[in-house]
Amino acid sequence: MHRTLFSLLLIAALTSVRAQDSLLDLLGEQETIEYTDASFKTSRVINSHSLENTAHGVLDFKIGHRFGFLNLGPVEAFGLDQATIRLGLDYGLTDRIMVGIGRSSYQKTVDGFVKYKFLRQCKSGCHIPLTAALVAGMTTTTVAKENTWWYDESRTDYYTHRLGYNFQLIMGRKFSDNFSLQLMPGMIHRNLIRSAKEQHDVMNIGAAGRVKLTNRLAINAEYFYVLPGQLYGDNLTEEQLNDPNPGFHNSLSIGFDIETGGHVFQLHFTNSTAMYERGVITETTGDWLNGDIHFGFNISRVFTLHRPKPKEPKPARKRKKDGVG
Amino acid sequence: MKTERILLLAALILPTLLQAQVRFATRNGHVTFTSETPLENIEATNDKATSVFDLSSGAVEVAVLMKAFTFEKALMQEHFNENYVESDKYPKGTFKGTVSGFTAGDLTKPGSYNVTVTGDLTIHGVTKPLTAEGTLVVDPTGVLKAVTTFIVKPEDFDIKIPGLVRDNIAKEIDVKVQIEYQKL
Repeated sequence: MHRTLFSLLLIAALTSVRAQDSLLDLLGEQETIEYTDASFKTSRVINSHSLENTAHGVLDFKIGHRFGFLNLGPVEAFGLDQATIRLGLDYGLTDRIMVGIGRSSYQKTVDGFVKYKFLRQCKSGCHIPLTAALVAGMTTTTVAKENTWWYDESRTDYYTHRLGYNFQLIMGRKFSDNFSLQLMPGMIHRNLIRSAKEQHDVMNIGAAGRVKLTNRLAINAEYFYVLPGQLYGDNLTEEQLNDPNPGFHNSLSIGFDIETGGHVFQLHFTNSTAMYERGVITETTGDWLNGDIHFGFNISRVFTLHRPKPKEPKPARKRKKDGVG
Repeated sequence: MKTERILLLAALILPTLLQAQVRFATRNGHVTFTSETPLENIEATNDKATSVFDLSSGAVEVAVLMKAFTFEKALMQEHFNENYVESDKYPKGTFKGTVSGFTAGDLTKPGSYNVTVTGDLTIHGVTKPLTAEGTLVVDPTGVLKAVTTFIVKPEDFDIKIPGLVRDNIAKEIDVKVQIEYQKL
């Protein structure tokens, strides 16, 4: 009796003094909420907004440039002689809200937008599977009224004719370090349209993805599908009449992101001439199959204007266990 | 019978004696590193280092979450995590070693003690031996503070820096660790 008790106690004593593998185990793990970041290298995929925002207090100067169509041939240096540009400034009001303005040579357009990231994909400590953002923007063309496509001396030229609005919901996920994908249902409203054959509100859906090749090089692609029967161009050929949106094509862009210190260079091929939503989605006339492809680049340069105080990491929300309060 | 009783008593007391180790710990250790080059100075701080220090054996362990380093510029922080230390793959930097040059008895008296820390530093999945000089300070209230500085070379830890920014990042990074321990 005594012997068994004694040996039991001895075993208990021996096990209680077993060496700890790591002293830090004594502290235990303290999980904090962590959101995914860097789904894309910058706040744009190519022409479209990406899942990322400009960080709080950071000003991002964007230079967008598209050369002419490749099929212009050697005399036009395959489009290098022509240029369309957009200069833009984006600013992060918070880590979730960013605003931006831009001015494009295409249609002498000024654009402005607000982007609100209302859901952030969680990496640890919470259970949100995707990132979602809303983009709302407005564009106005500033070309002289004589040069607008709707100019007619007999008609009053209202300023509102020049306005367009764009709304987009961006939902996406960083599936792995190297792969991110987003879907973008959206709507473009145009105050003035060419004819009754067009719609004021153009419904569209976009998809964009990124594959990271190395830490500093990624390949991007984006595509916008415009639901049929919403656009109708001028001076159409017989063949074009059968297109879903006669005179227009869906925008497709493929390119590379190259990152160096404070810059991101994006080199790409696209059939869109404009660099803002209205132009990209509703005014793309280029046809990839016909060689109507622009070579272009975006340069993003960031400046830290304001440095927010580092936030205390939030402790992870505890999941309620079944049966326990 | 008598011996058995003594043994029984020993079995009960022995583990408590062995466990009478004096351990100190913290979750709020302060780690900073600076890279100084003629082009730019980069500094990052982390106030969330965890550490346990066992006075009786001199054993010490420190762990820092790489993502918890904050930089002056948001982009620097993104590059640090994404391109250099690859925080998603290697979330933690750790140090496991021993502190020598003091006796547990010393530390009952307030004062400053020069010590040597030796052990293994792991960053970016690579482990390298490290020896550093440090100071242990016991203040009159019994709080134990530890301070040490050492140099880390990014290339030793397989952290690749592209040619374009080679001149912006120092070849030798100064690391400073300041820990205020509480008794565990």
